[in-house]
Amino acid sequence: MADLATTKLTADTVADDYIAQVSRKRLYSGLMLLFFVVLMVSGFQVASTRNGGSFWGGIDNFFDYPSEVVLEAWTNLHLLPGFMLEYLPALLETFNIAALSTLIGAAFAVVLSLLSTRGLARFPRLIPVFRRIMDATRAIPEIVVALVLIFIMGGGPVPAMIAIAIHTAGALGKLFSEVNENADLKPIDGLASVGASWSQRMLLGVVPQVAPNWLSYALLRLEINIRASAILGFVGAGGLGYELKNAISWGAGRFDEAAAMFIILFLTIMVVDQVSSYFRDRLVHGAAGRA
Amino acid sequence: MAMLDSSADLSLQATRLFRRKRMTTFTVLLAVVAYLAYIFVAFDIPGLWQRANAENAKTLVADAYSYKTHVTMNNRNSEITVSIEGDRKARYTEENEPDWVSRSDETTEIDLGDGHLVTFAPNFITFDVPDFGLMTFEVSRSQGVIQTYPVDADQLPDWISASKNRVGITTDAGRLSVTRNRSEVFRYFNGWELFFFALESPYYGKSFGEVVGLALNGEAAAIFHDFWHNPLWRHGAVAWALFETILMAFLGTLGAAILALPLAFMAARNFAPFFAVRFAVRRFFDFVRGVDALIWTIILTRAFGLGPLTGALAILITDSGTFGKIFSEALENVDGKQIEGIQSTGAKPLQRYRFGVLPQITPVLLSQVLYFLESNTRSATVIGAITGGGIGLMLVQAIITQKDWEEVSYYIVLIILMVMFMDWFSGWLRKRLIRGK
Repeated sequence: MADLATTKLTADTVADDYIAQVSRKRLYSGLMLLFFVVLMVSGFQVASTRNGGSFWGGIDNFFDYPSEVVLEAWTNLHLLPGFMLEYLPALLETFNIAALSTLIGAAFAVVLSLLSTRGLARFPRLIPVFRRIMDATRAIPEIVVALVLIFIMGGGPVPAMIAIAIHTAGALGKLFSEVNENADLKPIDGLASVGASWSQRMLLGVVPQVAPNWLSYALLRLEINIRASAILGFVGAGGLGYELKNAISWGAGRFDEAAAMFIILFLTIMVVDQVSSYFRDRLVHGAAGRA
Repeated sequence: MAMLDSSADLSLQATRLFRRKRMTTFTVLLAVVAYLAYIFVAFDIPGLWQRANAENAKTLVADAYSYKTHVTMNNRNSEITVSIEGDRKARYTEENEPDWVSRSDETTEIDLGDGHLVTFAPNFITFDVPDFGLMTFEVSRSQGVIQTYPVDADQLPDWISASKNRVGITTDAGRLSVTRNRSEVFRYFNGWELFFFALESPYYGKSFGEVVGLALNGEAAAIFHDFWHNPLWRHGAVAWALFETILMAFLGTLGAAILALPLAFMAARNFAPFFAVRFAVRRFFDFVRGVDALIWTIILTRAFGLGPLTGALAILITDSGTFGKIFSEALENVDGKQIEGIQSTGAKPLQRYRFGVLPQITPVLLSQVLYFLESNTRSATVIGAITGGGIGLMLVQAIITQKDWEEVSYYIVLIILMVMFMDWFSGWLRKRLIRGK
């Protein structure tokens, strides 16, 4: 009898406990939400007071500039194709910076990632060292390296390329080593048993397994790097960003050229986006799987 | 026979396959090499070495770990000032001048160490270099700088550059430059000067132990005030700039997530029944993402002026497109059974979303938002350089003035620490929020 009473009691307590727990959880969630809202609102207010123009003052003018650009582009519509052609070399430079830095960064990332993956590393004791190297290169914003290199080497595409490549090596290295961790170790053991050197084991045993995923990540990175390269141009590293800066800081009169540049940059990003997502899909899911 | 045939066939096939694979690899390699050759020409790599300025690199490296103290004499009125980096804000007063500068009535002796001795007198300057001898310079209105050397004028060593109106002497101990208007001695020291306290602060020159002792005696607030408002390093302003950069990343990322979530429902196949709506929202995401952050930054700067809000909005707009895409993909992968289960208890649509859908996508959502928060801290540094906010702006300004490279290295170190901190913080939060629950 006593047993029954306790069970009944426990069932009651359980229900009470549950209700209490739920309401406590709700209270916490509510408080978290409130805290979050306060943080967002006050953050916006702080940012707004430090800004040149206020949010509500600017929101009315939001479309002024785009409409000015569009208007001028519209009146000079016949000139646009000419401008687009004129800035094609600058666009090509921006693209080349991105492509080359992805290529070089990916090459370093491959080496770094292989050296820092457990089970594959050439020097297992140095894994933490190579990991920290990747962390550090990933943490350096491109603009820092670019500005310092521009000071030393003068303006041009090379500083931007090096800056983006350094960041790419770290960022891709981390992703690559995550891919490597899932690689099957059996082919490597097999190759080791016939006396293959470390580089042979990696080239013949690991790379065929992971290459599709590596390529997929590298393509994604190319997309990101095109944006980065355009932005760095704005700070003085050449390419389309630089031309864009000149066109808009000249004040009135060159908005049509700016519009032409907006359009070709937009189109390039869209095309690379589409092409890379098509190939990434094929690489990861296989050509047969799609058909 | 047939078996032999087929095995020969097989080996032939295998050889062919190998050959084709080898050809493909070879072609890819060739293409890469060709591209590199094209880049070599297009980027003008040979010209790079001519344009590169080794002198700039040297100043940069030297400045990053050392500083110089200027002793300057105005040649018109013989007035002498001692200051760090020639900065008006770091000028020594007569009382606290360093002991290697000794003034007497008429002349000032500057001991550069290792026997290098410079003397400033109202009408002449001497520089004694061991193993070379005494050089004397006289500044005259009409004849420029009159120079006397221990060797013949055509046998001057290459560390002396002399012309009619200007002399520059560089030794290991320090540098002297004499022009018609002023004479200046530079002495180099290691470290970052006045990092903690400016010269006029009462705590300047005190050892760490003394400062701690004073702090314990109730002067902590004053000590902190002097440190925080150090006119050269401006620690307070730098801390604020770092905060501003993180604020831009925070507002941009979270704002984008809040904006993107409802739109993602309209772009997901299983939640938006109308094709037209889905198509329109998806193209909107593509457009917002495709118009680069750079273009948004330019447009927003025109509307909102320069400042952190503009940077935050630029991040917000660009990322709302990316988030929209990611969220709508996550929504399409939601398990329908849980929603049905909730529906069977009579839940209304809003409740179905709250209890059936949100718990399923929260992990994806949170981990993406936190990942972007970290990467946007970096973006905010770059965007800040353009829109004029945060540490990015300070870095650009310090680099453009090309004077204080130790400040540049200080900012670089801080930026890297900030990004690493955000990396760690977002990883920690991700673990706590997703696994801890």
